[in-house]
Amino acid sequence: MGVATAVRSVAAGLAWYVRSVSGEDAYDRYLAHHESVHGANAAEPAMTARQFWRDRTDRQDTNPQGRCC
Amino acid sequence: MAAKSGAPGPTEADLTQDPALPPVALDPTIHEAEEAHWTPVKIAIWLAIALLGGLSWVMLAVVRGETVNAIWFVFAAICTYLIGYRFYSNYIQKHLLRPDDRRATPAEYKADGKDYAATDRRVLFGHHFAAIAGAGPLVGPVLAAQMGYLPGTIWIIVGVVFAGAVQDYLVLFFSMRRGGRSLGQMARDELGRVGGTAALIATLTIMVIIVAILALVVVNALAESAWGVFSVGMTIPIALFMGCYLRFWRPGKVTEISIIGFVLLIAAIIGGGAIAGTEWGAAMFHVEKVPLAIGIIVYGFIAAILPVWLLLAPRDYLSTFMKIGTIGMLAIAIVIVRPEIVVPAVTEFASSGTGPVVSGTLFPFLFVTIACGALSGFHALIASGTTPKLIEKERQSRFIGYGGMLMESFVAIMALVAALSIDQGIYYAMNASPALTGGTVQGAAAFVNGLGLTGVSVTPEILTQTAINVGEESIVSRTGGAPTLSVGLANIMHQVAGGSGMMAFWYHFAIMFEALFILTAVDAGTRVARFMLQDTLGNVIPKFKDTSWRAGAWICTGIMVAAWGAVLVMGVTDPLGGINTLFPLFGIANQLLAAIALAVCMAIVAKRGLFKYIWIVAVPLGFAAVVTITASFLKIFSSVPGVGYFAQNAAFSKALADGETSFGTATSVEAMEAVVRNTMVQGILSIVFVTLALIVIFTALQATWAAWRNHSNATSEDPGVPSKIFAPSGLMATPAEKANQAEWDKRPAKPRVRGH
Repeated sequence: MGVATAVRSVAAGLAWYVRSVSGEDAYDRYLAHHESVHGANAAEPAMTARQFWRDRTDRQDTNPQGRCC
Repeated sequence: MAAKSGAPGPTEADLTQDPALPPVALDPTIHEAEEAHWTPVKIAIWLAIALLGGLSWVMLAVVRGETVNAIWFVFAAICTYLIGYRFYSNYIQKHLLRPDDRRATPAEYKADGKDYAATDRRVLFGHHFAAIAGAGPLVGPVLAAQMGYLPGTIWIIVGVVFAGAVQDYLVLFFSMRRGGRSLGQMARDELGRVGGTAALIATLTIMVIIVAILALVVVNALAESAWGVFSVGMTIPIALFMGCYLRFWRPGKVTEISIIGFVLLIAAIIGGGAIAGTEWGAAMFHVEKVPLAIGIIVYGFIAAILPVWLLLAPRDYLSTFMKIGTIGMLAIAIVIVRPEIVVPAVTEFASSGTGPVVSGTLFPFLFVTIACGALSGFHALIASGTTPKLIEKERQSRFIGYGGMLMESFVAIMALVAALSIDQGIYYAMNASPALTGGTVQGAAAFVNGLGLTGVSVTPEILTQTAINVGEESIVSRTGGAPTLSVGLANIMHQVAGGSGMMAFWYHFAIMFEALFILTAVDAGTRVARFMLQDTLGNVIPKFKDTSWRAGAWICTGIMVAAWGAVLVMGVTDPLGGINTLFPLFGIANQLLAAIALAVCMAIVAKRGLFKYIWIVAVPLGFAAVVTITASFLKIFSSVPGVGYFAQNAAFSKALADGETSFGTATSVEAMEAVVRNTMVQGILSIVFVTLALIVIFTALQATWAAWRNHSNATSEDPGVPSKIFAPSGLMATPAEKANQAEWDKRPAKPRVRGH
């Protein structure tokens, strides 16, 4: 059992890392942030996933990030 | 140079933490006690690291047999990095930067869930590394390999520990303490208007040069290669597809689309081989240098005005995926294959300065050629851009800033090993300019065999066979470093996977890998430069400040593309070869930017009154300044035509005036006129760079002197805000950090931050 649990936890860790480094968790993090600031049923509703991802790339249009040589 | 506040930092009372929370920071004495606690196991481990590192350096520097195994490069690098990280970066942390985890970082106190968001340190390390690693550390060491393996290895490893990683760490930390301010803004704050403006103009012009020369590397790698043009060209429709997928069909499914994109990319590489093998494919995708350069210029303009979601963002995902994957793969392959290196430790080109790849002697040209892998000024723009807005706790800046740069240096070491692992005859045939080889296998063989280097020889048959192996029409004079690195990578990888039948695949895989992030850098660099230009022009014509004004955006993008495009065309058509004359300008520009960043850091340290430890900044600053100013002066004043731009200019002007119709490697009057024009532009650019850098360094020295005279202990940091979160600082949590983390984990739920 010990080996199986260890393998499972390593796989879970790896999945978490890939998901985080690729930036896929950005919306979840935004939601968590939004809830911690405004509460679950605030006057200012959180963006939907689609709105959030559009907003994310559209903000890069006006705020470009350099890439190194 | 008035300070914003008189106090050296926030006072104790400012940072009293919320008593309802477990400790948000460990007392510095706890960290120190943990570090000073040397158990026998710890002592044994560090002794082993030190001995292995020492042995590796002895094998590289002293034992010099006929050959040296690549594994010693890997061990020398890793052991030195570990020691540098554990001891030197710790020393910097303790004495110079003094992070305080009781202070909230911008990611915490400005949190908006988007740009400012506290990010797990290990994840942020990945993001930061992906943002700083590019083509530079891959290309520079390849070109520097002509001086032998030892000088390059020493500078990449020692340089990063004392200069490159220090710069990245300091800039990241100082920007983090200032709400994530950019290098340009910090320069204005610390150096005043003159220094700040000079830093801004220098950054802008340096960006143009860097984008131009990266584009030149791509043109040299893809020109006359039907396979390369097809497979790299296919990345455009692939990226467009990915962009639409994420925009319209499945927003946010980044991992999924990255995997789909990667599979399509591999298909494009394999398909490229098949298409280049057909007659129509070879004819259709065989593009000469000049049309290809024009294609990249047009592409660069369109890519920079298209919305980010359509092209830049999806290609960025692909490029990150490829970057981390390929670098990891190469590291494992080098350890498995352990190639024997037959290059001499130091070649005669180090002292004669007559190397065919880039001209000039070891000092200063080795340092400007390697550039990014040991010290990269460009990183200062990243370390003062995105990363400081995402960092969770102050103490993590050491792992991310210093540690991230050590990783980049390791990439440079692997690139060096890959370049050294290929046959030296092939190396010189690939990297000597067409002006020297004539572009034919016979000419290249005659040139290489005529170099008179012991043990270096090549036959036309070997060159033809190698070209066939990697699926290219020719490998002669494929300058720029990328093709050489690709041959090296293919040479190592085919021994692990696929055998010799796979060499062509691996070669084109490597070309794709480099082209992808160079194109991303070209696109992103053009955008950043456009915004800087709009901001500057906006001071004169206010309408330009409005970045959503379409015409203004197009005009400024057009100006920036025209600027780097002109330099690119100049490099492509240069009768002297292009890379060998322009690459030093790239290295000098990058190192001057590093000198500017370090000068700003020195002014900040001086203002804090930390003169006892100012040498930590002053030593790398002094070195970078001496190297780049010497290199610039040689480029401007040297009387050797191969080195000095104006000497070359004068020689060709005189030949033209004497009515000659060919001179040196230029075979026509037009070519001679091109040399006269190019060297004049390059010479003027050198003068502009060095003048701007001297202004910045001078104003920084002035600020430092003023701080010394006034016994300054001021700061331009933002006021401290008490933190409400805790996280460990390094890759692994220490026992004390684990114990404290356990206290936090016991809490039922995350604390609710009160509303705005």
